[in-house]
Amino acid sequence: MRIPILRIGRILLASIQVEMSDSDALRFQNDVVQKIAEIEALGIAIDITSLEVVDSYMARVINDTATMARLLGAEVVVCGIQPYVAMTLVEMGRDLIGANCVFDLEQALLRLQERIAARGDADLDKGS
Amino acid sequence: MSTATRGGMDMQLCIAEAMDVVRARADARQLAALIGFSPADQTRLATAVSELSRNILQYAGKGHCEMSDISTDTTLGIRIVFEDNGPGIADISLAIQDGYSTGGGLGAGLPGTRRLMDQFSIESRPGLTRVTIALVRRRA
Repeated sequence: MRIPILRIGRILLASIQVEMSDSDALRFQNDVVQKIAEIEALGIAIDITSLEVVDSYMARVINDTATMARLLGAEVVVCGIQPYVAMTLVEMGRDLIGANCVFDLEQALLRLQERIAARGDADLDKGS
Repeated sequence: MSTATRGGMDMQLCIAEAMDVVRARADARQLAALIGFSPADQTRLATAVSELSRNILQYAGKGHCEMSDISTDTTLGIRIVFEDNGPGIADISLAIQDGYSTGGGLGAGLPGTRRLMDQFSIESRPGLTRVTIALVRRRA
């Protein structure tokens, strides 16, 4: 099951709408990194509203993906973590999600735009 | 390959490939919901099942789990037993420590799972590893 990664100007949008297997998650990570590099994305929003379970492995993949995106030069915002998922992650004893988080996609896009604007180095509409 | 049989409120699942982990956590959530557990507990349970079935895949290649309704008149209860015939866990006390992993993971799976559950036990020797978890709540 491949997670579609949409492009709006130089911002990417990935909404995980299905339960992912571990291999789906790794493929997603790979696709995100490739796509960011390909279009020199300024930012990416990763929506995990539909994920009902985020265990230590999935949390690590999301974390790593965010770090990889940052290393490439893109801003990253994760949105839509379910309340029970947040509870479970913390109860498991780790702050596993190290990425910047907001409630929903709308806030994610606003946050990305703010952060990109603060960098002051990019034209949102021009691909490269 | 996954086979599920449901007699009453019990079910058994094979765990042999990545999609079986996805199925196992979905089934655990569903059974927990049927028994009457809260959404928070359903999520704890599904997460624990995800961790433990992944461990089976990663360390033993295949195995199975059996989920049982252990509710009584006064309590809601679910017990899940994971079994595999893999090499076993060399040092259980190390395996349940935070940050310890022999498989290149975070070392968060077993200790995290233990914190989510009310009961958690491991028996392991070469050729048979059995992890038992249970969640028990007083009926509202």
